[in-house]
Amino acid sequence: MPKLMTPYAQKLAKNSKKAKQYEKTGPWIEAWRRLRRNRMAIAGLIILLVLIICSICPQLLTPYGPDEQNYSEAFQFPSLRHPFGTDNLGRDILGRIIYGARVSLVIGLISVALSLVIGGLLGAAAAFYGGKTDNVIMRVMDILIALPSFLLAIAIAAALGPGLMNVIFAIAFGGIPNYARVTRAAILTVKDLEYVEAARAIGAADRRIVFRHMIPNALAPIIVQATLGVAGAIISAAGLSFIGLGVQPPTPEWGSMLSSGKQYIRTNWNIVTFPGLTIMLTVFALNLLGDGLRDALDPKLKR
Amino acid sequence: MYRYILKRLLMLLPVLLGVLLIIFILSEITPGDAARQLAGEFASEEDVQAIREELGLNRPFLERFFSYLTGLVTRGDLGVSYQTGQPVIQEIADRFPTTLLLALVSMLFSILIGIPTGIISAIRQYSWIDSTSMVVALVGVSMPNFWQGLLNIIVFSIWLGWLPASGFYGWQYWILPAVTIGTSSAAMITRMTRSSMLEVIHQDYIRTARAKGQKENVIIIKHALKNALIPIVTVVGIQFGGLLGGAVLTETVFAIPGLGKFMVDAIKARNYPVVQGGVLVLAVVFSVVNLLVDILYSYIDPRLKSMYRKTVRIKN
Amino acid sequence: MNDPLLSIRDLTIHYEMEQSVVEAVNGMSFDVFEGEAVGLVGETGAGKTTTALGIMRLIQTPPGHIVQGSIRFMGEDLLQKSETQMRKIRGNQISMIFQDPMTSLNPVMTVGEQISEVIRLHNHLSRKEALRQAVDMLEMVGIPGSRYMEYPHQFSGGMKQRVVIAIALACKPKLLIADEPTTALDVTIQAQVLDMILKLQKELHTATILITHDLGVVAETCDKVGILYAGQIVEFSNLHEIYKNPLHPYTKGLFGSLPDISKKLTRLKPIKGLMPDPTALPNYCSFYDRCDHRTDACKQGEPPFVEATPGHWVRCKCLTGGETA
Repeated sequence: MPKLMTPYAQKLAKNSKKAKQYEKTGPWIEAWRRLRRNRMAIAGLIILLVLIICSICPQLLTPYGPDEQNYSEAFQFPSLRHPFGTDNLGRDILGRIIYGARVSLVIGLISVALSLVIGGLLGAAAAFYGGKTDNVIMRVMDILIALPSFLLAIAIAAALGPGLMNVIFAIAFGGIPNYARVTRAAILTVKDLEYVEAARAIGAADRRIVFRHMIPNALAPIIVQATLGVAGAIISAAGLSFIGLGVQPPTPEWGSMLSSGKQYIRTNWNIVTFPGLTIMLTVFALNLLGDGLRDALDPKLKR
Repeated sequence: MYRYILKRLLMLLPVLLGVLLIIFILSEITPGDAARQLAGEFASEEDVQAIREELGLNRPFLERFFSYLTGLVTRGDLGVSYQTGQPVIQEIADRFPTTLLLALVSMLFSILIGIPTGIISAIRQYSWIDSTSMVVALVGVSMPNFWQGLLNIIVFSIWLGWLPASGFYGWQYWILPAVTIGTSSAAMITRMTRSSMLEVIHQDYIRTARAKGQKENVIIIKHALKNALIPIVTVVGIQFGGLLGGAVLTETVFAIPGLGKFMVDAIKARNYPVVQGGVLVLAVVFSVVNLLVDILYSYIDPRLKSMYRKTVRIKN
Repeated sequence: MNDPLLSIRDLTIHYEMEQSVVEAVNGMSFDVFEGEAVGLVGETGAGKTTTALGIMRLIQTPPGHIVQGSIRFMGEDLLQKSETQMRKIRGNQISMIFQDPMTSLNPVMTVGEQISEVIRLHNHLSRKEALRQAVDMLEMVGIPGSRYMEYPHQFSGGMKQRVVIAIALACKPKLLIADEPTTALDVTIQAQVLDMILKLQKELHTATILITHDLGVVAETCDKVGILYAGQIVEFSNLHEIYKNPLHPYTKGLFGSLPDISKKLTRLKPIKGLMPDPTALPNYCSFYDRCDHRTDACKQGEPPFVEATPGHWVRCKCLTGGETA
């Protein structure tokens, strides 16, 4: 209790009864606690949960099938029956958006997982072995980085042809150098830190050093990068579909909905507006979560 | 310094060689036959074969790669467009200025918006103006620019009728594309400026400047901004590459006759030389911009200048 | 006697954090007269730097707040001044040397620019004339004037601190606050830099507040000494008196059992226990828990700050209040 009770001190004293005492602590629990206090990050998490539910059981959320055409109801504006209206084939736009969640999330998650694993291994190898290995790996990464990643994705998607797996691969490929760099940097930072040296000094086994000390501590920047990466991958996938190189119709995919709707923008604004809004909301949620994770995992960075 | 630049340029060569190799491999595995596509649907097998021979498509992969390389190095030759028969370098030269100019205009727009907003957010941290601009910036980062392009067309061309929706004939045609392309960069620059400024304004030397009796706005511009500039410049460089890549989409949306739209059309037509040439040009531009950014660093931060002078090889 | 140049009364500074209030400075009072050197000695966290920044009105707000008290400088209360008026004083009449020269200089400006900046701010001079004076200042602190075009990273730590000193003294201030000016430097450089500050202080007739945790430094340099504990001055007197006749148990603890000026103690002797948590200070003597001479009376409210002998102020009940002595 402060000696001099300024108004602020009084306010604090009044509130202090409410303050909870936590018994369990640890870096991850602490991080979760910090994340939970961040209202924006929680908002992002909730949006993502909704999308995950959409992608697990779309049939429960909309009466329309993803490809259910009804020409008598084509080109409708939003109404009670069709909250987002219908497209040129009379398909319910909301229904297709709900079904499209699965495709976008799958592309986003798998492509990031793929580039994370490949890039992570390359980066880790470069950091560990150093010298020539490092040099060769990072020079190859330089080549990939010399191309804007979306351009690379276009080139690969064009070469492989359209299709879900090809899109995933095209996007994953462009992400590899990014994760290689982040992982390499993270491990190099951790490698020479005092607590790793301390662990080595007390005779801990290499494997133990890697798994108990290095990976957990190098993980934070990689998790953040991956979260933001999913956001980027979803935008890229939509972009590829938009120019006809991605997932092909009639699969309900947000980007290709935009692409097929763009010829009707003069008359039917709703066909392109809602799928795009969904992409934005998804990416927004991922960015919120990514920012929140960064602040939560590295309290030093938070201001 | 000059030795450093020269060194960086030399290091660029193997990178570009690698880029070229990747593009060659990609067009090699691309399904579809350019010769058949050119000959038309009803051409005979002999006609297709003749075209194939004329374009050199029947030669082995490595031979084609090296002859392309020789042509490029000795004559600056990027091959001939399958569709028009024109030299690719000429076709690119016709379209690239549009793309570059558009990228520069959008970049200028995003810098003029992003840096001041980021500074204000940083010095008024946690104020309503800060939280508002941070949410807006995050929305800007999250918006796919091709969708934003469509929205802009709906609102400003179709509903309000203020600006033309497509084509590229005068300054008013530039506004929507530039704003569309520039928005996400502006948002990124705002975010980076804010966090970089926040880092700097808590430094001791800012306190020193205050202890001199310097005015707060002079401190922000003269002392803080210059120190905060390095990460900002990095983001500007990265964004510039993103703008070139994103041009592919926005040029399609706004029907702008630039390199991006040209390449998309070429990809659809299996016009390999154009795709290869285009990607190569973009890779060169991107790398040169990155080099310029690095050189700019040394003008911002004198510590780097003396580092470049001393070190023979910069490791990243 | 003349009026003091700087007169601090009952200065209280809090940092209002999310969960707590840090009471960094609590009812601090002392005077500094023209041309004299006053040492403020205390452990880490005793409120030394906060006091210094408070005088400069450079406390970061939020979280810091000057809650009460007055800081009279040349007869006027600095706490009543507007920010614009304060800017005319900072760097001109009161200036400050910071603890860490490595981070106190702007890395992207030449040292010449950084010195001439403060000169131009407070004098109507051309850029060229200000730069010429900056070069003179460099020479004055023992750096070849020709190096004015160089950047901070091209100087060693000791040299950087000389540049910081040049900035602080460029406008010939009435009062110089040196906040642990030698702590971050190599031991071999410390004496040099300290001598330089003292020499210039005498030459320019600048009053100086020297903040340090090093008793040896104080013994060599100061006219008067204030001992800080938990944000308060517990004892204040002239150098000779405080070394010869320390009254407060904490001061005695600092000097050990034999306060002998000729022995030149250079380090604080360990005193059992720790300084109280500044977010939860007791409402009685803050030294109570560590004090060897404590009595029950010490738990009854704050000890007053009284003049035990002329010019020798102490904040301790046992020695001044007489209840239990």
